[in-house]
Amino acid sequence: MESPFRDTFRIQGFRFGEGEKSLALVGAMRGNEIQQQYICSQVVNRLATLEKEGRLVPGILVVPSVNPFSMNIEKRFWAMDNTDINRMFPGYDRGETTQRIAAALFEAIQGYTYGIQLASFYIPGDFVPHVRITQTGYEDTATAALFGLPFVCLYKPLPFDTTLLNYNWQIWNTKAFSLYSGGNDTVEGKDVADCVHTIFRFMHRTGLIDYTDYSSPDYNSRLLDEEELVSVRTPVSGILYKMKHACDVVKKGEVMASVIDPYYGHVLMEIQAPTNGVVFFAHNKSLVLQNTVVYKIA
Amino acid sequence: MIKTVVSTALPVDERLLIKKNVINHGNQNKRICIVTGTHDDELEGQYVCFRLNQIIQQNLEKLNGTVEIYPALNPLGIDSITRGIPGFDLDMNRIFPGNPDGTMAEQAAYTLIRDLQGADMVIDIHSSNIFLREIPQVRINVNTADTLVPYAKLLDVDFIWVHEAATVLEATLAHSLNSLDTPTLVVEMGVGMRINHGYGNWLVNGILNLMHTLGIWAEAPEANSISTPVVSAGNRVSFLNADASGVFLTEIKNNMIVEKGEKIGEIVSPLTGEVFQTVEAPTRGLLFTLRAYPIVYQGSLLARIHQF
Repeated sequence: MESPFRDTFRIQGFRFGEGEKSLALVGAMRGNEIQQQYICSQVVNRLATLEKEGRLVPGILVVPSVNPFSMNIEKRFWAMDNTDINRMFPGYDRGETTQRIAAALFEAIQGYTYGIQLASFYIPGDFVPHVRITQTGYEDTATAALFGLPFVCLYKPLPFDTTLLNYNWQIWNTKAFSLYSGGNDTVEGKDVADCVHTIFRFMHRTGLIDYTDYSSPDYNSRLLDEEELVSVRTPVSGILYKMKHACDVVKKGEVMASVIDPYYGHVLMEIQAPTNGVVFFAHNKSLVLQNTVVYKIA
Repeated sequence: MIKTVVSTALPVDERLLIKKNVINHGNQNKRICIVTGTHDDELEGQYVCFRLNQIIQQNLEKLNGTVEIYPALNPLGIDSITRGIPGFDLDMNRIFPGNPDGTMAEQAAYTLIRDLQGADMVIDIHSSNIFLREIPQVRINVNTADTLVPYAKLLDVDFIWVHEAATVLEATLAHSLNSLDTPTLVVEMGVGMRINHGYGNWLVNGILNLMHTLGIWAEAPEANSISTPVVSAGNRVSFLNADASGVFLTEIKNNMIVEKGEKIGEIVSPLTGEVFQTVEAPTRGLLFTLRAYPIVYQGSLLARIHQF
């Protein structure tokens, strides 16, 4: 698509082998999903080697970025009108710009057996790496467990969620999985490398590649409903000083964080774990409003 | 009386405060609520709130019931020239009926619904966005048309658009309230970040007319001062989206009848002097939406026409 003043807007896809549509992987859809883009680039890099070695079945498509225009100018959403491409599916090829982008992408990634989206959440925070699936009646939790991530999380869609890629992929008969690698901005660290390995583990277990990577932990995934997560709130606002982070194990009564008075520096409140468990979600900003969910415990 | 509907502590020495003005007179329990400022680049409702406040308080003896005026459902946005809620990804008008256990925005939405529920009428005033200019109109979901169109006709607008139901719109304030049997009308008029006094005065006149019909306001506006709107139902709206990216230039005015093939504008290149697209009306009808912001991408909405 031509832009009024910038370079041509391009979405690049990397297809490994022609023919069957076995797996589509979609990376950054928002301009701040740098981790998601990095992970895809690593997958492209390794798949290129595997293709040369004849170790993959045809029909794998990787789209590392759906939105380079926003990433290049450090905007999260479509820069012109601040709309979110991931809220535009299945798209409409005669509609608004981001509806057209969604339609073009959806046409390219439709009909695949498996669909993986590297996603981010609407609430800022860090997660335990997990697979998230919208409950549509078509969800396949057994296949989701093949990623070997600690959790497979199911959630009931709200009306607004019916425009997400994950939801629409499922309605159009693709087994769809949203992969949460933990963050957005960072590309270093073990979680990010593990996420790359996880995708290859999934492809190996579904028979798409002849390649195994043993360098990341392989979990027996725990299936949970999002509603089972225990929310931990701050009744007061202020500066949040965290002692516990995503993936940490906590015991009931253990202090997870303190809320500090932003003027006097004293502890306004200690946030204690209401239950034993694993920190599934952790608020990742240093400021908190009153009644903010700062942790979710699985 | 000013009442605080939502009060939440922000991190540093400030509270998020959503306020309403409750004006009460007479011995009747009927209540009408005027809400605006969900999208905070939409300012037309500010003038309407101001004028209604003035007129009602200066003529209190004509009021028999309660008028509640909520000028800013999203005060952090309106004070920072932000359409959405600062620091929150979702559109505030896509999170209703809210969630008492959710984020600050979802909690606020939940409290607002509880506060508005049970009103005899809610008027939710929007003004498009910075991209589009709208004639004064009421938008109604087809599922509530039988109940709401008669009320909408009282509002002194030029146009009523009965649109198809969409799942995504179930999360709007209006849909949530209508689902709770609280009749709610959505008004769209003007353009983002600007105030059109003429449109505002028409709507104020219309709201007083509606209040009179509900028995809340003693005085009826002059009969010939209320417009008879065009009612559009059954998918008779044509959308004109840009086929090219560039600068959209138009000489045309909104709120006019256009003939099939009539030129609406053109999309041009300031770099080369080319005309990329001549935009023409695909049908004869009422032009009720027109692009206000000139820079367009392929797909940008340029105009909407109700087909005669």
